[in-house]
Amino acid sequence: MLSIKNLHADVDNKSILKGVDLEVKAGEVHAIMGPNGSGKSTLANVLAGREGYQITQGEVTYNGHDLLDLSVEDRAREGIFLAFQYPVEIPGVSNLYLLKAAVNSIRKYRGLDEMPAVEFMKLIRDKAKLVDMKPEFLQRSVNEGFSGGEKKRNEILQMAVLEPALAVLDETDSGLDIDALKIVAGGVNALRHEERAIIVVTHYQRLLDYVVPDYVHVLADGRVIRTGDKSLALELERHGYTEMSEAAASAIEARAVS
Amino acid sequence: MNDTVRAYLDAHSGAAAGLPGGAIPWVRQVREQGLARFSEVGFPTTRDEDWKYTSLRAIEKHRFIPAPDRPSGLTSGDLTALDIPGLDAHRCVFVNGRFAPALSSLDRLPAGLTVTGLADALNERADELEPQLGRLTPHNPNGLIALNSAFLADGAYVRVARGCAVDRPLELVYLVHANGQALALHPRSLIIVEPGAEAVILERYISTGDGDRYLNNTTTEILVMESARVDYYKLQDESPKAYHFGGLFVHQDSDTVVSTNNIAVGGSLARTDLAVSFNAPGAHSTLNGLYIGTGRQHLDNHTQVDHRFPECVSDEFYKGILDVRARGVFHGRIVVHQDAQRTEAQQQNKNLLLSRQAEVDTKPQLEIYADDVKCSHGATVGQLDANAVFYLRSRAVAESIARSLLTYAFANDVINRFALAPIRQQLEQHLAAKLLPADQGEVGM
Ligand SMILES: Nc1ncnc2c1ncn2[C@@H]1O[C@H](COP(=O)(O)OP(=O)(O)OP(=O)(O)O)[C@@H](O)[C@H]1O
Ligand SMILES: [Mg+2]
Repeated sequence: MLSIKNLHADVDNKSILKGVDLEVKAGEVHAIMGPNGSGKSTLANVLAGREGYQITQGEVTYNGHDLLDLSVEDRAREGIFLAFQYPVEIPGVSNLYLLKAAVNSIRKYRGLDEMPAVEFMKLIRDKAKLVDMKPEFLQRSVNEGFSGGEKKRNEILQMAVLEPALAVLDETDSGLDIDALKIVAGGVNALRHEERAIIVVTHYQRLLDYVVPDYVHVLADGRVIRTGDKSLALELERHGYTEMSEAAASAIEARAVS
Repeated sequence: MNDTVRAYLDAHSGAAAGLPGGAIPWVRQVREQGLARFSEVGFPTTRDEDWKYTSLRAIEKHRFIPAPDRPSGLTSGDLTALDIPGLDAHRCVFVNGRFAPALSSLDRLPAGLTVTGLADALNERADELEPQLGRLTPHNPNGLIALNSAFLADGAYVRVARGCAVDRPLELVYLVHANGQALALHPRSLIIVEPGAEAVILERYISTGDGDRYLNNTTTEILVMESARVDYYKLQDESPKAYHFGGLFVHQDSDTVVSTNNIAVGGSLARTDLAVSFNAPGAHSTLNGLYIGTGRQHLDNHTQVDHRFPECVSDEFYKGILDVRARGVFHGRIVVHQDAQRTEAQQQNKNLLLSRQAEVDTKPQLEIYADDVKCSHGATVGQLDANAVFYLRSRAVAESIARSLLTYAFANDVINRFALAPIRQQLEQHLAAKLLPADQGEVGM
């Protein structure tokens, strides 16, 4: 579904991603872990199409097409969803309005008519229940004045409504209390499907207790330095990144020398 | 005296004899004072501090001709396209500055509400107008207001009698039907709301032809007497080539509650000078404004609030949206005079620039000569939040729609201050039409 090969990305001529390789197939859940500043959000943003990144090398294909060629909105219409690490507040645009615009834009792209209002409201109410969001939140402006946890739940609500083929969740578990964590994990698990793939960026094992990944990758200094199964996350929890980064660095050096 | 000024003086001497109420000394005096003032000062220039950002060169270049005093030939059918959907109002129509009773619908006026043409009022009951007409404008008006007084002839005369709560909005439609002619119009209106009365009044400035270049130089005087309440709207949506100058003078007596809602979307060069004067303690005034410019439009709003007496409140909130190469000007002056203790005055001006070439000059100005006051003011100029645009696009919303949604969201809080629902809907539509490109369909992979 998603194939990232030797991806290099700069911000303001500063190299951030330095050769990322990642293969994600339908039905899989991948976890990306790694120290602060290692490039996890950069990778997520590049996938979603945020401006300001220069791709200097490498390629990203999504369902066999060049992803980097697509506009931001077309990526979303093709089924890519990014749950933001820092969801944006949009005063004056209600959650409901955003959801309606999003749903209908995707339908239009697929050649469908707008969703009838009754059906839409039912869909939204059902999904809001799934993430335990009170109906009055729907009338409020997008994320405006939401607590940190509420913002994260709102991202999951949007994801649940849009049912993306590839969901990238950037630290959606950060700052959540344990109940909210379960709600978020429930939302992610509800999306799991053999035709969908999920990438969760996280610092914590506790999310992975609920959303069990097929693969765990460690991103450090702009590269995937290790890939393993769910036990890799546990190993990280015990030993931290420093040890691993050093080991990886010497491994890379060793390769360079040989 | 330059040629431009002379041309207007010549036009005036040709017209003066036929102006209504010409035999009444005080009416003549109002005109003569206006004429004298105009011939002395001419049109404002950018050397005047109040006109620094708005040049009248363009109108000085043109020879505008006085509007002909004959029927327009328009029928009420021609006007239905100009209806504001959902607005059920008493309607009074002026075509090229002249009262058009046949196009008006004034058959349901409640007892206590007088609405008629100013010319008719001058001919029939000038005494009733004498205490106010020409008295609410400043002593030393700018050249345009002076010119309006010089040509004072017709417009609206509205009187809401003591205690009368008008049942539906009163819509004054100033329609310019220029038919390709470069007309000069000077509509003059007087609105008196007597003690304890209540009214919703809407002044609309519109035109029939989109390509007509004309000069619409309007003045409206509004007196709000003790404990009366007025919700006033000015909706300027004229031809994209029109020049519009509007003087709007509001005098508030004690315990009055007034909101002025000043909306400018049309015109090539359009300016409103709104002056609110508190003439007694305990009055409340809300000043809402929204200007939306695109192309090469130049939209200027000057407001002045004079707190002359204690315990008055003014709350001013103006927003501007400027796209393409449009230029906006906001100059808001609040003067708290020495005796105006316990004044509360707030002023906010926020601007959104949608293109790199759009510009705005904003100048909030607070002058306080009393010591026990609560005042605040602020102005901002910004662009759309790139993070918000990205966020919406990442949710499949087309960039053009994302931008218009955010623009609408920007305007939302001031639009919500317009109490009249059909006006809110009208603006919503206007924004959508002005901001949404015609083709929203996109083809992807
Ligand atoms: N717009 C930008 N301008 C300058 N530097 C940037 C920009 N975006 C990212 N960076 C830098 O790129 C590096 C990677 O940032 P990124 O946000 O991808 O890290 P991360 O792995 O998501 O970290 P965290 O775990 O703290 O969320 C950081 O050093 C960051 O400062
Ligand atoms: Mg991050």
